[in-house]
Amino acid sequence: MASIEVRKETCVGCGECVPACPFGAISMEDSLAVISDECTLCGACESSCSYGAIIIRTGETGETEIDQYSGIMVLAEQRDGTIDHSTLELLGEARRLAEADESSVSVVLLTEEAGDWPAKLISYGADTVYLAEDAQLKHFRTEPFSRIAERLIIKKKPAVVLAAATTTGRDLMPRIAKNLNTGLTADCTELAIDPETGGLLQTRPAFGGNILATIVCSDTRPQMATVRPRVMKAMDPDENRSGALEKIDLSPSDLESRTEVLEFNPLDEGEVDITEAEVIVSGGRGLKSPENFALLQELADLLDGSIGASRAAIDAGWVSYPHQVGQTGKTVQPKTYIACGISGAVQHRVGMQSSDFILAINKDETAPIFEFCDVGFVGDLFEIIPFVIKEIRQRRK
Amino acid sequence: MRIVVAVKQVPDTADVRIDEERGTLIREGIPSILNPFDEYALEEAMRWRDELGGTVTVMTMGPPQAEAVLREAVSMGADEAVLLSDRAFAGADTWATSHTLAKAVEKMGNIDVVMTGKQAIDGDTAQTGPSIAASLDWPQVTFVGFVRELNQDSIIAERYIEGGCEVIRSSLPVVITMLKDANTPRLPSLRGKMKARKIEIPVWGREDLELPEDEVGLDGSPTRVVKITTPEIISNGEIHHGEPSVLAKLLVDSLLGREVE
Repeated sequence: MASIEVRKETCVGCGECVPACPFGAISMEDSLAVISDECTLCGACESSCSYGAIIIRTGETGETEIDQYSGIMVLAEQRDGTIDHSTLELLGEARRLAEADESSVSVVLLTEEAGDWPAKLISYGADTVYLAEDAQLKHFRTEPFSRIAERLIIKKKPAVVLAAATTTGRDLMPRIAKNLNTGLTADCTELAIDPETGGLLQTRPAFGGNILATIVCSDTRPQMATVRPRVMKAMDPDENRSGALEKIDLSPSDLESRTEVLEFNPLDEGEVDITEAEVIVSGGRGLKSPENFALLQELADLLDGSIGASRAAIDAGWVSYPHQVGQTGKTVQPKTYIACGISGAVQHRVGMQSSDFILAINKDETAPIFEFCDVGFVGDLFEIIPFVIKEIRQRRK
Repeated sequence: MRIVVAVKQVPDTADVRIDEERGTLIREGIPSILNPFDEYALEEAMRWRDELGGTVTVMTMGPPQAEAVLREAVSMGADEAVLLSDRAFAGADTWATSHTLAKAVEKMGNIDVVMTGKQAIDGDTAQTGPSIAASLDWPQVTFVGFVRELNQDSIIAERYIEGGCEVIRSSLPVVITMLKDANTPRLPSLRGKMKARKIEIPVWGREDLELPEDEVGLDGSPTRVVKITTPEIISNGEIHHGEPSVLAKLLVDSLLGREVE
């Protein structure tokens, strides 16, 4: 089993390792570093020690031939034959990462009928499209999708495998990673190639968005990550890009599944998916009552927008859960986000900070929302919004 | 029907604060709680046990003090509890955690359903449930908001995904991950509390599960945390004060200015 050791004869008691520990697990006692049970064996102190006095011993691990793995593979997501926007975002990000080490980008599409999507995927950054078409691949089902992807990964040996952190990606990727005995990082918001090791640095929020953790998968391949939708940017499609299309051979046993989709019930009309909205008018605790959301709805209707809400408004029962923005709700990236009576706590911020333009109205000028909005208005939303509605109507006449 | 509910003891993240100078989490004085998502898994499991008969066993992997969440689950109505605890389990990522939990399910034997919360509120990965299913080579149904039917052969569950709700049928045994607000978790009963005080909770370590050293804890974990930072806040917005009507005009200027772009 792994262990950490401070070599007493080598430790000079300089204390450099104390601030290096992200978990506050090191203290100095009698000029010697002492490591507490808070230690997660992360290794930050080992590299901070100028004297080589801290040693982490890991048990023997099976060496994968890491050098044999190269390139970035994206698992595409489709619903009813249409590729989800998150796939295009992943291709844009994969392209950017591939430039760093001049590797290639591939995409795996499992669907009933691909139509002209392979060419589109190439225009959005793929060098190779691996395609399997079958009527039984119309809907996502965990077992066939993971089985086919696993076999392809073993054969093609990509260094990195990415999927969107949607319900599909988060269902599929853990299964693949477990079966391939490799690491998976959930819901990343930032990816980079470590210039020293060539490994993938995977950064993600944790503890309700209070911290960002950077995670590596150094000894096994592929390095797998799910990536939060609407954080990465898709590239502008280039129809002159060239790429290859390769069919995946399927056998009937590939398509076997112990689960079946009996029915699919789309969201009711009016209950629009707020992650698709270009304008979101969002309300929080400052709205004070469910009736007051009618005021926001009026503004949203004028702007062809949707209603969002902070957790405070959801927990109070003023708005239904599908409208919640934030760590425990949805992540949105509209062109315009109007935050009304929302303080802007970290749990809300992580769900909307990638919006192109953030407007905030709040009575409290010390509210955290004013620290990261693009334009802020300090005042009573019940006074300001009726004027806004009137003003928009007048100017549009 | 034998159902296992995998739970986790987590810090109440609403209270987690950062030491700005050192960039570390301040954990002192932060209460540990039963992961809220797991409460819904526990309630769903007990609801079906009450209807069909059988047992609900709660299990967790963690340090000795994680026993507290097992006792809490027993006070709410779980029949049995198992604690997976061993210094060798420390530093486990989702691969090693799910591997260990799956081994425990195998050791129990003849389990029909494993239920767990969609995710834990500290790590937020949502990876452990599907990874347990992979380890056991069982089917999985994730993001479940409601279990419609459960019998000796199959389960029918509503799975909430982007844009709607899928109704999935799966054969048993199966792993189910439950969403928040799927049901109303019951409160501890007086009888449950008494049982929770008395119940003997077996502790299973690495050797009890016949797991090699390189498949548990840090050694069995393909991933490592190398850096922890606090999210950066970029502050360059213009903040306006003044009369509501004036503010409204400015607001509409910036809104419609963008519409023209």
